[in-house]
Amino acid sequence: MSLLQLTGVCTNYGPIEALRGVDVTVEQGEIVTLIGANGAGKSTLLMTICGQPKPAAGSIVFDGQSIVDLPPHETAKLGIAQVPEGRRIFPRMTVFENLQLGATLGDPANFDTDIAYCFDLFPILQKRRDQRAGTLSGGEQQMLAISRALMSRPRLLLLDEPSLGLAPLIIRRIFDVINDLNKTRGMTILLVEQNAYHALKLAHRAYVLAQGQVVLQGAGPELLANPEVRAAYLEGGAH
Amino acid sequence: MATPIETKLKDSAAAAGLALVLSIPFIGLHTISTDQGLVVESRWSWVAWAVGLVFIGRLLLGFARDALAARAASRPKKQAKPVAAGEPTLAARLTRAFMAVALLFAVTLPFMPYSDRYIIDLGTTVLIYILLALGLNVTVGLAGLLDLGFVAFYAIGAYSFALLSKFFGLDFWVCLPLSGLIAALFGALLSLPILRLRGDYLAIVTLGFGEITRIVILNWQSLTGGPNGVSGIPRPGLFGLSFDRRPPEGMGSFHELTGIDFSGEHRLMFLYLIVLALVCLVAWVINRLRALPVGRAWEALREDEIACRSLGINPTASKVSAYAIGGMMGGFAGCFFAARQGFVSPESFGFIESALILAIVVLGGMGSQVGVVIAALFIVMLPELGREFADYRMIVFGLAMITIMVWRPGGLLSTRVPTVKLDQKGA
Repeated sequence: MSLLQLTGVCTNYGPIEALRGVDVTVEQGEIVTLIGANGAGKSTLLMTICGQPKPAAGSIVFDGQSIVDLPPHETAKLGIAQVPEGRRIFPRMTVFENLQLGATLGDPANFDTDIAYCFDLFPILQKRRDQRAGTLSGGEQQMLAISRALMSRPRLLLLDEPSLGLAPLIIRRIFDVINDLNKTRGMTILLVEQNAYHALKLAHRAYVLAQGQVVLQGAGPELLANPEVRAAYLEGGAH
Repeated sequence: MATPIETKLKDSAAAAGLALVLSIPFIGLHTISTDQGLVVESRWSWVAWAVGLVFIGRLLLGFARDALAARAASRPKKQAKPVAAGEPTLAARLTRAFMAVALLFAVTLPFMPYSDRYIIDLGTTVLIYILLALGLNVTVGLAGLLDLGFVAFYAIGAYSFALLSKFFGLDFWVCLPLSGLIAALFGALLSLPILRLRGDYLAIVTLGFGEITRIVILNWQSLTGGPNGVSGIPRPGLFGLSFDRRPPEGMGSFHELTGIDFSGEHRLMFLYLIVLALVCLVAWVINRLRALPVGRAWEALREDEIACRSLGINPTASKVSAYAIGGMMGGFAGCFFAARQGFVSPESFGFIESALILAIVVLGGMGSQVGVVIAALFIVMLPELGREFADYRMIVFGLAMITIMVWRPGGLLSTRVPTVKLDQKGA
């Protein structure tokens, strides 16, 4: 059984149909990537999984349990952690406090191990531990956002555009960490990206969304070689 | 950069023009009462003086600004010092020292030779406002939820005590927690309809809540006595000892038992010490709450509601608890207020009180408890100190407020103190 299974999910914003019958599955231990142009419905899909907005039709099953009716803080309790678009760290609180908040759902007994793990993953965060998170650079904030999500030991990590607005070098570092999380910790990851090249390279499987529908799917490297995908999402892209 | 002289002249002329427009009604026309009734008299020479003064003043200000800018430019730029993590900053140490001194001063104040009725009374007023502002600070400062109707909780606390004592004969010490609980209940009730509101809409609804509470109290004659209020509220006693000259039935009196000569001031001192203890207790509790998950969730909610939800924090629970806890503190303050006055009426709970409490929180720097204390001192004391200015004291007050907001736009103490700080040895 898949860890996460979306069947025929439709999500509307008023009269606007953002998702029109999307089927997506994520297996345990996979990295699955969603790519697509602006407004294709990628972020809406992630947000719908979390529980806000509610889908108008379709089913979302996480680990055998329907999560369609659950609000975001309830889906989080089941082990779905989201790194929201634009990072959304708590700017006036310190790095350490941000991480503490990330552990809200975690077992307090794991706190020290988990924070050590995050600091090991991103040593810069340890240096910035007592600094206000709002004073971090964009890349550091993204690292903090990812670490914060990891603090609850999620079973599924949703990443919404982790490369947004970051320098190429930092982007590479972030993607390395994502890959590493999957390889060494077996973390299941659903990744939404505009940066199709990096995302497809590390994905086991990928979906291409256009106008609220899945128009293409397949293994990551396979899609990377697909001429349509290259034409639409990769041509002229800096990588 | 120095602005050319023409710009300065133009700027000054504009200021003078504005002064002219404003000074014609304010200064130029003057009413005097004569035998024939009120007569309007003009004082054009005063207007000319005012306009001239504004022109010259503005011009001088322009030059002064240039001079300052030139000095700043000639000075080498100061390198921002990297703040060593973990080490308490000078500001943090100063704040702690200030609080220690302030607490010592506050505790000893009523026993000092220089303190009289007036000073103790003023001190009590300041402490009531600190208590109110600490409560509002939970909702506005920590959870980031605007509340323009905070006075409602103050009123609910005051009337809870007044009515409980009137109908059930309960005394202050029983009513204090009850008032807090009742106010907290209303806080929770208020928070339910406004869970999804933000910004302007939140402001309107909370403002409405404050007014509705006052108007209900005003019109519910049979219960609250309407505009006549409730009088004869019992004074708080100390373990069954009364501070009255002739204690009520069944109570001993403080002056008889201790053998100290009776003085009306003892009661004031006692009230002062009660509210001081309340303030300390509330400040301590809120400080503790900040470090607990519930308080941490409030602050996270203020920072980013969406991120909160994705971390499994229930925003509904956080909002309800923030309004309830804030309201509870307001209820304590109200209960004490009723006990101190011995009389409550709807007049004491107008919108201006809400505005004043909010001003204290904003001025103090949203979320800072020390800031709240300083701002409350400032806001309550300033109009008192300004009494010599008679009619102009509110102008002085307004001017001082504007000055502070220009000087420190984020409030007096706008830096947030982290709830946890680790020693950096392991780093």
